[in-house]
Amino acid sequence: MLEMNQIFKVFYEGTPDEKIALNRVSLSMKPGDFVTVIGSNGAGKSTLMNVISGKLTPDMGTVTIDGTNMTSLAEHKRASKIGRVFQDPMAGTAPTMTIEENLALAYNRTKTRTLAFGVTKKRRDFYREKLEMLHLGLENRLQAKVGLLSGGERQALSLLMATFTDPKILLLDEHTAALDPSRAELITNLTKEIVDKLGLTTLMVTHNMQQALDLGNRLIMMDKGQIIFTANEAEKRRLTVEKLLAEFQKIKGGGGLSDRSLLS
Amino acid sequence: MMTAMFGAVESGVIYAIMALGVYLSFRVLDFPDLTVDGSFVTGGAVASIMIVNGSDPFIATIVALFAGFLAGCVTGILHTKGGINPLLSGILMMIALYSINLRIMGKPNVPLLAEETVITKINGWFASEWSILLFMLLVTLVIKIVTDVFLKTEVGLSLRAVGDNEGMVRSFSANTGWMKVLGLGLSNALVAFSGALVAQYNGFNDVGMGIGMIVIGLASVIIGEAVVGHSSIARATLAVVIGAILYRMIVTLALRIEFLDTGDMKLITAIIVIIALVLPKVVDRQKAAARKKKRLQQLGGSSHA
Repeated sequence: MLEMNQIFKVFYEGTPDEKIALNRVSLSMKPGDFVTVIGSNGAGKSTLMNVISGKLTPDMGTVTIDGTNMTSLAEHKRASKIGRVFQDPMAGTAPTMTIEENLALAYNRTKTRTLAFGVTKKRRDFYREKLEMLHLGLENRLQAKVGLLSGGERQALSLLMATFTDPKILLLDEHTAALDPSRAELITNLTKEIVDKLGLTTLMVTHNMQQALDLGNRLIMMDKGQIIFTANEAEKRRLTVEKLLAEFQKIKGGGGLSDRSLLS
Repeated sequence: MMTAMFGAVESGVIYAIMALGVYLSFRVLDFPDLTVDGSFVTGGAVASIMIVNGSDPFIATIVALFAGFLAGCVTGILHTKGGINPLLSGILMMIALYSINLRIMGKPNVPLLAEETVITKINGWFASEWSILLFMLLVTLVIKIVTDVFLKTEVGLSLRAVGDNEGMVRSFSANTGWMKVLGLGLSNALVAFSGALVAQYNGFNDVGMGIGMIVIGLASVIIGEAVVGHSSIARATLAVVIGAILYRMIVTLALRIEFLDTGDMKLITAIIVIIALVLPKVVDRQKAAARKKKRLQQLGGSSHA
């Protein structure tokens, strides 16, 4: 479903600030794979996401989604195959527009936009039915402006908007990091439910190791622009946070690494 | 006095079309587009030259609309493809249009008093002093309703989302660049349409008549929002129309003041906009202060009891 081959990306090339964000990263995901990505800040996780979504173009290497080479395709052109939820709850929705209008925008991800109404009676029923999946009562507030929703509600709506049109790839970029623990748990559970139900091929970046272990069938750890550790389904089941930390320490040569420095 | 006010409402209704254009760029797209100062005159220039050369005034006015659309698209392309800052791309286009307008007109002022215009035609159809006002009101309301409907279509929704959260619409496969070009095109189409009608209403087109037009548009949008509110699209566009009429009335009243003359118009406009922007904040602050004082008094009273 997703093939990343030898992706190389460098920022500020030729200056003293030169930074290799991705160093020949290759990753292959089969349909239905749910890969969680962990790693400290600057490890290249977000760059990886941005290369897949098309926000960034790699200097070398290829990105293939669903059999099509998308390496240099513009972001909005490949968006028909990619659903995305951002870290910032404000980033995934349009605040001055209503819930149903936001859903209408998302509905058009896979279709050409026309001069037909974005919200019709039939579509409204469809939106309502989808909103019920969130168990937040949003189905009764279709005409509420999204700016009035709480961060958790907005993130749940973003998740729904990214997934209800069956994307080939779902990208979750620390999508629970800005929420309080109980809201984060709600979104984590919703993520699990929706991904399972639709069988979505998912790539999730997180700083929360427990979450990385709880969700998904594969796990990768990144550091300094490289994938330094991978766990397949069987290996992942046996992993614990302690084992992960020990693994990281072993690879890094035990350079005085603490839990804190990995998580922060 | 009554005649002056009647005239103010009449021209206010025509300027409301321009204000709706400014609403599209300024509020919907969140793009402060200064092209308006130029494209308003472009509309007048295209229409007046066509009329002087014998075209049907209605066709001339429609062609003016398309000319404005083109001008707006160029501003949009300068910004999205050329990567020029929004304000600067508008200013560049405004300056460029000044020369282009002179080229179209051939001279700085084209008189239309002896020509058959939309205004003389309507006056010929309905011999009533209300005919212009009612006809223009009808045209403006039709444009308002079409705008309302358009902003609820799939394309319209993504246009609004571009002004609201650009990154988000891109992730839902909308081409935000072309959306901006389209939005600015539509905005300036309305502005030029209004310019064409104003030129015919005034009986001449002058190359300088667009100066400060963006501020007049903004004044209409801001006054309207302050008076009518903007909780929904339909309400916001209605606010813009009413704001444009109110603006004309305020200016007419201001010009009644002894020591002010027509040359002071731009200054009056600027002051109106400043008042409309500052006054709501001052009122809010005073309301908050009054509430605070009241609460303190209540607390003080209960502690004595």
